[in-house]
Amino acid sequence: MRATVLVRPKPGILDPQGQAVGNSLRHLGFEVGEARVGKLVDVELTTDDRDEALAQLEQMCEQLLTNPLIESYAIELERA
Amino acid sequence: MTESAGPRPTISVIVFPGSNDDRDAQLALERLGAASSRVWHTEEALPPETGAVVLPGGFSYGDYLRCGAIARCSPLMKAVARFAADGGLVLGICNGFQILTEAGLLPGTLRPNKSLSFVCRDVALTVEHTETPFTSRCTAGQELTVPVKHGDGCWFADDELLSELDENGQLILRYAAGANPNGAVADVAGVLNAHGNVFGLMPHPEHAVDPLLGSTDGALILGSLVDAARLSLAVTV
Repeated sequence: MRATVLVRPKPGILDPQGQAVGNSLRHLGFEVGEARVGKLVDVELTTDDRDEALAQLEQMCEQLLTNPLIESYAIELERA
Repeated sequence: MTESAGPRPTISVIVFPGSNDDRDAQLALERLGAASSRVWHTEEALPPETGAVVLPGGFSYGDYLRCGAIARCSPLMKAVARFAADGGLVLGICNGFQILTEAGLLPGTLRPNKSLSFVCRDVALTVEHTETPFTSRCTAGQELTVPVKHGDGCWFADDELLSELDENGQLILRYAAGANPNGAVADVAGVLNAHGNVFGLMPHPEHAVDPLLGSTDGALILGSLVDAARLSLAVTV
């Protein structure tokens, strides 16, 4: 089973990369407010059990994929 | 630079793929009176004679994912965590500091510099506390000049954690007023753990140990560590 983990800077956390992206979009003429930059991780799991997959992915997020102090995450599981 | 008197404690310098200040750290420690060995990150155990551990600067694993996030999964980091849990002295410099926060051995985290620019220059630091194994050769309030060179040195802790660390006296080193090079909260340059045996800092004391380098203030920090490692040697032998 495949899954996608989206990692975002938590609200209120300074995101200079997002600010630079927002500024560049405005320089190009786009009318945008805030931009925030996160990460995307695609993971291939050996299990086909959705509950088991979610449990594993949450562990991965807590232990490595995110820094819980400054980042939040969302898990998207591939439809069976 | 003052070499401390007495037996030579052994300080193990951990080397990860992408570490690049390990030899400088080793040279500085040896000139300050320590014996040192560089230990590759795939080892399962620290050399038995280890009296202190230094995690050097560099760009371990190319800073993939987050600075220090991959290195902290190395086999040897389990041994470093056990060493720290037993009260062993551990110093993390720059990337070493990042690895220690990722490993959960130090509080807070290090984020991209507020300016998004890599900074490489001397900075003025203020020593906030001297009753630690890492600052015992300093005087309270002493100003040090030590270089920084990093892209991700913006130390962050939320308000609650910050006030807890402040009350516990764990914010050992700050950038002097107006000298903060990276946007770190409360101008924090170096943080101690609650037990007082693990310390991390963004500036590079190993690059400030000889007048030729422009400053010898880094020797006060590394010399303090050598002194403390020697004391622990006296206790354990």
